[in-house]
Amino acid sequence: MSAHPDQAPAAASPIADPMAARPDTVLEIRDLSVVYRTPGGDVRAVDKVNIDLAAGEVIGLAGESGSGKSTLVYGASRLLRAPALITSGSVRYAGRRVTEPVDVLTMKADELRRLRWREIAIVFQSAMNALNPVLNVRDQLLDVMHAHLRISRDEAREKAASLLDLVGIPRTRLRSYPHELSGGMRQRVMIAMALATDPEVVIMDEPTTALDVVVQRDILAQIVELKERLGFSILFITHDLSLLLELADRIAVMYAGQLLEIGTAEEIQHEPSHPYTRGLLNSFPSLHGPRRELAGIPGSPPDLRNPPPGCPFLPRCGFGTAACREVDMQLLPVTSSKDPSHVTACPFVLPETPAPPGPARPQAQPETAGELGA
Amino acid sequence: MSEQTQAQTLTSAAAASGPLAMEAISVSKDFRIGRHQTLHAVRDVSFNLYRGGVVALVGESGSGKSTAARLLAGQESLTSGAIQLGGKPVRVTGRGDFRHYKSQVQMVFQDPFSSLNPVHTVRYHLERPVKLHQGKDVNVDAEVIALMEQVRLTPAKHFLSKYPHELSGGQRQRVSFARALAARPSVLLADEPVSMLDVSIRLEMLALLDDLRRRFKLAMLYITHDIASARYFADEVLVMYAGEIVERGPAEEVTQHPAHPYTQLLVASAPDPDNLGSTLRRKTHRSSARDTSGREGSVAAQRPGSAATAGCPFSPRCPFADDRCYAEDPALLQISATRGAACWHLDVAAPELVASGPDHGRNTPIRNESAN
Repeated sequence: MSAHPDQAPAAASPIADPMAARPDTVLEIRDLSVVYRTPGGDVRAVDKVNIDLAAGEVIGLAGESGSGKSTLVYGASRLLRAPALITSGSVRYAGRRVTEPVDVLTMKADELRRLRWREIAIVFQSAMNALNPVLNVRDQLLDVMHAHLRISRDEAREKAASLLDLVGIPRTRLRSYPHELSGGMRQRVMIAMALATDPEVVIMDEPTTALDVVVQRDILAQIVELKERLGFSILFITHDLSLLLELADRIAVMYAGQLLEIGTAEEIQHEPSHPYTRGLLNSFPSLHGPRRELAGIPGSPPDLRNPPPGCPFLPRCGFGTAACREVDMQLLPVTSSKDPSHVTACPFVLPETPAPPGPARPQAQPETAGELGA
Repeated sequence: MSEQTQAQTLTSAAAASGPLAMEAISVSKDFRIGRHQTLHAVRDVSFNLYRGGVVALVGESGSGKSTAARLLAGQESLTSGAIQLGGKPVRVTGRGDFRHYKSQVQMVFQDPFSSLNPVHTVRYHLERPVKLHQGKDVNVDAEVIALMEQVRLTPAKHFLSKYPHELSGGQRQRVSFARALAARPSVLLADEPVSMLDVSIRLEMLALLDDLRRRFKLAMLYITHDIASARYFADEVLVMYAGEIVERGPAEEVTQHPAHPYTQLLVASAPDPDNLGSTLRRKTHRSSARDTSGREGSVAAQRPGSAATAGCPFSPRCPFADDRCYAEDPALLQISATRGAACWHLDVAAPELVASGPDHGRNTPIRNESAN
């Protein structure tokens, strides 16, 4: 294929570290690698990932299941247990309440306890499993506050009630048990619990995946509103890129344990550079506008026990050439982009590179690539 | 009887695809919850499935769309109404009847992680329905291999001895498709077949279903909460709310020009990459609009279950609701030859649609007319 431009952006770029820390960074993940120890060898779930989260920013982490997005954030918050093992990297946290930046990965247990929830809170995916079924909503909220805040009983009760106001649940629900709440309400309670300690960073792991669209939209609008009001930062994990395009300030696309592209939501939407990002963007049917041809991404992710050399996306990539097998996976600025923070791991394909002809796609069935139900 | 009139006045958008395969006629299902309470899970629902055509049933969780599918699959008994298969009423009284019925109507479930038996291999999952439904003199092995090739689970030999836990979500769902096809059905009921799968492979699976529909002339019912996928995949869209069909019509028309306020809400809620940050970022505007409407708090927080009124089930969440809506449940009103919506205020909710078809006798109530 002749799609490759001649220039090599790597040599042209004077910026050695395109992700050079900004002064207002609250969470700085550097070179984080996580493996799962298995009898068949290490599974490289997260491979040298760098992400900076600025104060008040929403970063969306997109990727399909098994891409390592959850492992990445659980690793960064030290929530992983064996056989998961953090093999390299650092996670610096610099919030308003800490005097100097701390490295989460070298913390002792008691320091970690003070950091968790107070500074970094997590909203888990499955609210039914994450809530305690035998405690009512108020007791769960009180539990969090007594464990992480120095606060009197009365204050805590008042705060529990006001937290429910915050997420739009009537106060009469304080005495409800999780099974008495609808899915959307449970997810709101999870958000209220995460916000109970006024954290600086909130990690949201697919918080709306199990909900239907109307409720999902409502909760996302609420999250945005709360973020504006309370000023925390969000690391939002999802496999639904269309959601992130609306919600996130910046989007990081993850595949096979590596980041393939980072850019603002606008850049990712209008000038996606990496072939995988393009594939993701072309994977969901749109509701408005003309019906366009949808392709999806044929094939499946590589086996991370034995990752292929070079680019992990090569077997599914329509642009792939022999050079991809030797490419050094580094995030470098997209040369054609005005925004230097838009980085990609693919040095060959630019946003304006035309899509390769259809038959080049591995395993693509000609009759399935077109419009559905036409 | 009333529904036959409806079928005459309101033509399904899927009707052009092929002959009529299955009819649901005024189907209702009540569940008793507690002593004196009844949950009307499905209320007076009628639709037709045609060979080679896809009808999508769209709605939120709890709207009764899965119950409707279970009724068609013969897994629940009807409270009232009737189901016809190939023009004859379905009467399942014994095991033999049920098996015969199942050989024509098959179902694919949402969750490929729990719909396959973890202690059995792929071969076992496919051999059983082949032996059961295709008689004794069929070459089972060859048939199983052929099934796997039809769902593109290849190389078939490689997958035969695998257990469900060794397969990815997409591969598992392929096995469930193959299992459904093993009976050589004429009707396939697909209950959220792709919603548990990753976005990147959903499209591939829908394309596969589309291919199977064409190849085997399957009459397909596609149940989903994702109205955008219904636009691409289905011929006709039925929108369900609180057990009732509130709007129906050709997929493109319903998704592009929704008539019923609930369909409008559904369409507005779907994430829309072409309309970046449309509503989420302009939230200040949105919340102020809500305050003036006098319904502070989320429309979504209001569950359909709590709307146990005599009137329109959507009235507690509806911006256009008035006294009539709280008192009387609207029937499906005809908008055009292929479209209908159950709303008293279509002239306010969708003025351009109602105005465009005055020759259809401005909102003829289909059911009332035929009842006389």
